[in-house]
Amino acid sequence: MTKRIVVDPITRIEGHLRIEVVVDENNVIQDAFSTSTLWRGLETILKGRDPRDAGFFTQRICGVCTYSHYKAGISAVENALGIKPPLNAELIRSLMSVSLILHDHTVHFYHLHGLDWCDITSALKADPVAASKLAFKYSPNPIATGADELTAVQKRVAEFAAKGNLGPFANAYWGHKTYRFSPEQNLIVLSHYLKALEVQRVAAQMMAIWGAKQPHPQSLSVGGVTCVMDALDPSRLGDWLTKYKYVADFVNRAYYADVVMAAEVFKSEPSVLGGCNVKNFYSYQEIPLNKTEWMYSTGIVMDGDITKVHEINEDLITEEATHAWYKENKALHPYDGQQDPNYTGFKDMETVGPDGTMVKTKVIDEKGKYTWIKAPRYGGKPLEVGPLATIVVGLAAKNPRIEKVATQFLKDTGLPLAALFTTLGRTAARMLECKLSADYGFEAFNSLIANLKVDQSTYTTYKIDKNKEYKGRYMGTVPRGVLSHWVRIKNGVIQNYQAVVPSTWNAGPRDANGTKGPYEASLVGMKLQDLSQPLEIIRVIHSFDPCIACAVHVMDTKGNELSQYRVDPITVGCNL
Amino acid sequence: MERTQELFKKASQRLQELSSLPAIREDKDIPQMLEEKGIERRDFMKWAGAMTAMLSLPATFTPLTAKAAELADRLPVIWLHMAECTGCSESLLRTDGPGIDSLIFDYISLEYHETVMAAAGWQAEHNLEHAIEKYKGRYVLMVEGGIPAGSSEFYLTVGPHGTTGAEHARHASANAAAIFAIGSCSSFGGVQAARPNPTNAQPLSKVTNKPVINVPGCPPSEKNIVGNVLHFILFGTLPSVDAFNRPMWAYGLRIHDLCERRGRFDAGEFVQEFGDEGAKKGYCLYKVGCKGPYTFNNCSKLRFNQHTSWPVQAGHGCIGCSEPDFWDTMGPFEEPVANRLYATAFDGLGADKTADKIGITLLAATAVGVAAHAVLSMMVKDKENN
Repeated sequence: MTKRIVVDPITRIEGHLRIEVVVDENNVIQDAFSTSTLWRGLETILKGRDPRDAGFFTQRICGVCTYSHYKAGISAVENALGIKPPLNAELIRSLMSVSLILHDHTVHFYHLHGLDWCDITSALKADPVAASKLAFKYSPNPIATGADELTAVQKRVAEFAAKGNLGPFANAYWGHKTYRFSPEQNLIVLSHYLKALEVQRVAAQMMAIWGAKQPHPQSLSVGGVTCVMDALDPSRLGDWLTKYKYVADFVNRAYYADVVMAAEVFKSEPSVLGGCNVKNFYSYQEIPLNKTEWMYSTGIVMDGDITKVHEINEDLITEEATHAWYKENKALHPYDGQQDPNYTGFKDMETVGPDGTMVKTKVIDEKGKYTWIKAPRYGGKPLEVGPLATIVVGLAAKNPRIEKVATQFLKDTGLPLAALFTTLGRTAARMLECKLSADYGFEAFNSLIANLKVDQSTYTTYKIDKNKEYKGRYMGTVPRGVLSHWVRIKNGVIQNYQAVVPSTWNAGPRDANGTKGPYEASLVGMKLQDLSQPLEIIRVIHSFDPCIACAVHVMDTKGNELSQYRVDPITVGCNL
Repeated sequence: MERTQELFKKASQRLQELSSLPAIREDKDIPQMLEEKGIERRDFMKWAGAMTAMLSLPATFTPLTAKAAELADRLPVIWLHMAECTGCSESLLRTDGPGIDSLIFDYISLEYHETVMAAAGWQAEHNLEHAIEKYKGRYVLMVEGGIPAGSSEFYLTVGPHGTTGAEHARHASANAAAIFAIGSCSSFGGVQAARPNPTNAQPLSKVTNKPVINVPGCPPSEKNIVGNVLHFILFGTLPSVDAFNRPMWAYGLRIHDLCERRGRFDAGEFVQEFGDEGAKKGYCLYKVGCKGPYTFNNCSKLRFNQHTSWPVQAGHGCIGCSEPDFWDTMGPFEEPVANRLYATAFDGLGADKTADKIGITLLAATAVGVAAHAVLSMMVKDKENN
């Protein structure tokens, strides 16, 4: 007999996500459903506004990848108007991307994903001296793992626990069988968890040097960047470089080392050796390092075959809503998307409760509609986006920087290439993407210095002709994968706006043919140890780094209240 | 008793002082204004009760900075996520005075925060219910995000029972000792509430009838978020607020008042277009859209990310992100407001004159906030006597 498990909320992510799975009598997952439970409708709000404001609105799609949608919104309008920002502006934007990736991935691994790998309570039993020695096994120069530091960390956490109130660490899955680190290894990760809280502050300052603040920087404008005084100030340049080195150092000496350690221990944990059942990957060039080179490559890899990179045909991108809370089910290109909401709600059912007994719960209608996210497809096929796609497409495209970091990692862990196509591999790929910025981000800095010697422009002037129609788009890879923004401008204002975001590709529901997207597919076939402690599910989903506030934006309603819904009466508005 | 009498005397004195100040609206008194904001007398009294509990702390309530670490019982905090981007939580993570680790380990007991907490699903839900029950009337509630309300509540559900965000917010508000709306979304509805507000997103204050202190900004700086918690921990009271329920310590001055480019404004030196010579020389950004003269916040004083920078320093004008409905009233962000009518809670004053008028009006509004505080003490006193 099958049983259903509901995990809602999935915590330690951006946004509101519910996962439901069906397990058989052996606790093996037979089916899985991904549901976004929030809808905001930002693209509707953009209609009729000044195109120069687009980036400020879209930035508020997500405060975690904070800069991504800002840059996308500004760049899409530049593309529409036919503006090319000066090289200095492009390179400063690169430095901001580098700052973001160093921040975002580090915080994801330690503070969002970390507690799926590290059992804090086990760390309290560790021998700090032994742990300190052990750290040298994974890094020639480990960081924050001196015996004195580890003793202090242990004491601090023990005293915290002794107060009898674990705060954010309460009632978690401590002691779960799939926690595989030894107490000493857990202590190392715990120390890095705390250290990373300090490091992320510095990484955020790197963004603020150019962007005024992080989250939500404010120095991009259609045409370039406004932080010209910072760019021409040598002390600011020195500040950025110093902080860059500090954060990059942590990435190499802690983050890299901890993932190598996880690979060694978890390579015998079955629940992290699956989790990659959509083996189609999509990546797009991003982070210009100089006039001609980009950090990432462009293309699609199908069926895990890295001997071939397919060119992207944007006409093949569609979205459909058979299982999403919208009326129109047809697969349509983003430009033709229709978004009449059709919320059908939950059903009553008994599912596995917190103590293992069956309890009354609200569950989705799996035969019908069950999420605010649509199902994007490429030529009818689902694609995975994100760091794993960056690395896989990069290897297929023989991107020298990506080849170097990936080869080094496989050598250091002794893992075969196939190990990348797993939950563990996806987590490792994010670290490798972060390492790319840590190892090569300074190239953009050097290019900026070289260019500033001969050119100080940071802004291209332009005029928006109210009698002209414009259309354009941004496409690029941001921390969670490929992002695209599409804009049409008429009468000097935004006529239509669409964002196709990374987590839509990954978190979308099944399509009309029943083909699952990456999240849902990743869970099928995995065995759970304890139905009331679904740590394995959380770990697999976290490996994608969900950003659900992003994912639910692709839709669009007009805002006229009709009956109990706010409905889009002129879906033709999207068909222009 | 002696202490109570002293408090009473102080309150009377303060009230007398305040009554000599010009009223914000001649045709309305404070109870009326509160009622209009959806705060009923019953709730008003409940709040007053909570305030008394706080005020009954010893007058020599020592600043706890040094002592907090030794406290066995940290301040319980529940943080809820509504329709938001998590930018406010990210901003919270940037705090360094105290650092986020110290905040969690030493100052507060972060009972529920979806971005940080280890538990998920049933376990997360349990933590929330457990905290509300265990710390009834003693926890601080912080809410991030706008709230789809009315017939649109279903645009957000959280938890295995498919509970709407609005239900969560009301439930957690009911027994909180203090409620802070963190960020412009929770304070005023935010970006999803911008025209045409497709999901009918509302501020927290419209969803609960409990008093809410607004900490707007998109996001508010780490200082402004943590500062209010510190105020509560250090002084045991809620901060005094302005007409929009924003704490005066953070939102008492206009950006313009302490702007580093104020001298340029006064000298008439303006950036005419981004990237021009004036931009390189740090001229005033008013003509490229800076909303500093209309915006109350401490960005120009404290900046962001450990004082690293702020928008004007980075050469971009302020977009007015801590003002109500700024998404609709402050755009286009890169053009001056000029003489366009600018809708405010003060019934729309002509913008360029506004800068100073608002300043004056707000001063009066502050008086109202302080007066409300004093009135509460009086009413509580009355109740005790009865």
